[in-house]
Amino acid sequence: MPRRKGAPEVNAGSMADIAFLLLIFFLVTTTIETDAGLDRMLPPMEPPEEDVVIKQKNIFTVNINKNGQLLVEDELMQLKDLRKAAIAFLENGADGTCNYCQGRKDPASSDNPSKAIISLKNDRETKYSTYITVQNELVGAYNDLRDREAQRIFGRDFTEMEAEYLNPETASSIRDDLKDKVKRVQDMFPQKLSEAETTSN
Amino acid sequence: MGKVRKSKNRVPAISTASLPDIVFMLLFFFMTVTTIKDSPLLVENELPLADQIKKLEKKDRVIEIYVGKPAQEYTKVLGSEPKIQLDQKLAYVEDVAPYVLAELAKKPDAIRNLVTVSLKVDKNVGVGIVQDIKEELRKVNLLKVNYTTYDGNALAQMK
Repeated sequence: MPRRKGAPEVNAGSMADIAFLLLIFFLVTTTIETDAGLDRMLPPMEPPEEDVVIKQKNIFTVNINKNGQLLVEDELMQLKDLRKAAIAFLENGADGTCNYCQGRKDPASSDNPSKAIISLKNDRETKYSTYITVQNELVGAYNDLRDREAQRIFGRDFTEMEAEYLNPETASSIRDDLKDKVKRVQDMFPQKLSEAETTSN
Repeated sequence: MGKVRKSKNRVPAISTASLPDIVFMLLFFFMTVTTIKDSPLLVENELPLADQIKKLEKKDRVIEIYVGKPAQEYTKVLGSEPKIQLDQKLAYVEDVAPYVLAELAKKPDAIRNLVTVSLKVDKNVGVGIVQDIKEELRKVNLLKVNYTTYDGNALAQMK
């Protein structure tokens, strides 16, 4: 009786092809998603102890109606002009104490960046994309001003420094250093964006 | 035929025996990093564009709320009014606060006050429903929100 051969060897030549096929499938279906968006702090529920009196000239009112039209300081405005108007308002510096502002020092506009408040009011029917665009422009106005100051003092953009500061992969020594810088620029133009309740008419 | 072999200085063929191993390694890498979307979307969810955005870094510190019109296949049953999707099911505005608190309770103590609520709202929805959700979130004192958007030119989308 002839000696039995062992089981014939399995040909592994096509293994690579199979693996490639799987690999390509996963490559195509993978979406490594990192979400991004506009960060906002909501006001706490408890009303402040005492009513704070704010001068009308320190408030920059932005109204959006349900058709997406903008009413800024009681005047109709196009979306693309909003950022410029907000910047002009924020760095107006009418009381002269703000030495880094380049505004016109118009006495009818805001006293100081730390007092300037942007008030946003919208209709319930306003489209969400309009609302986000307006928010984006207002945040953009703050970021433009902060970038300018950060560029002047530290020679780099504020948004870039903040992103590096918030990135958990940044070394902690660099982060500590950035923290003060970020804080300093933030305090030059503190973000004061108030949202009133929506109106339904 | 035999003469081909004789041609001098032939570069020896590269062995491809380890190719499967390499490919398998890549394959396993992609298999482990892939996160197949766990919650099927019941609502339309085309986010608006914005460019002044910040990244939401850690997934475990985020609670997601979807808002949008019901997806096409559900419009017959649910109508076309915007709906809120929490986890895998549709919910009412009143359900937002309990859901968010339940989600918060699942997180470890240390990160509880770092939790951000990510609002993924379809761009064609009215602001009213978003306002209602924000009101609910204020009631439970969860004040960090992120209007999640796609990266893009915000002004261009208005045209």
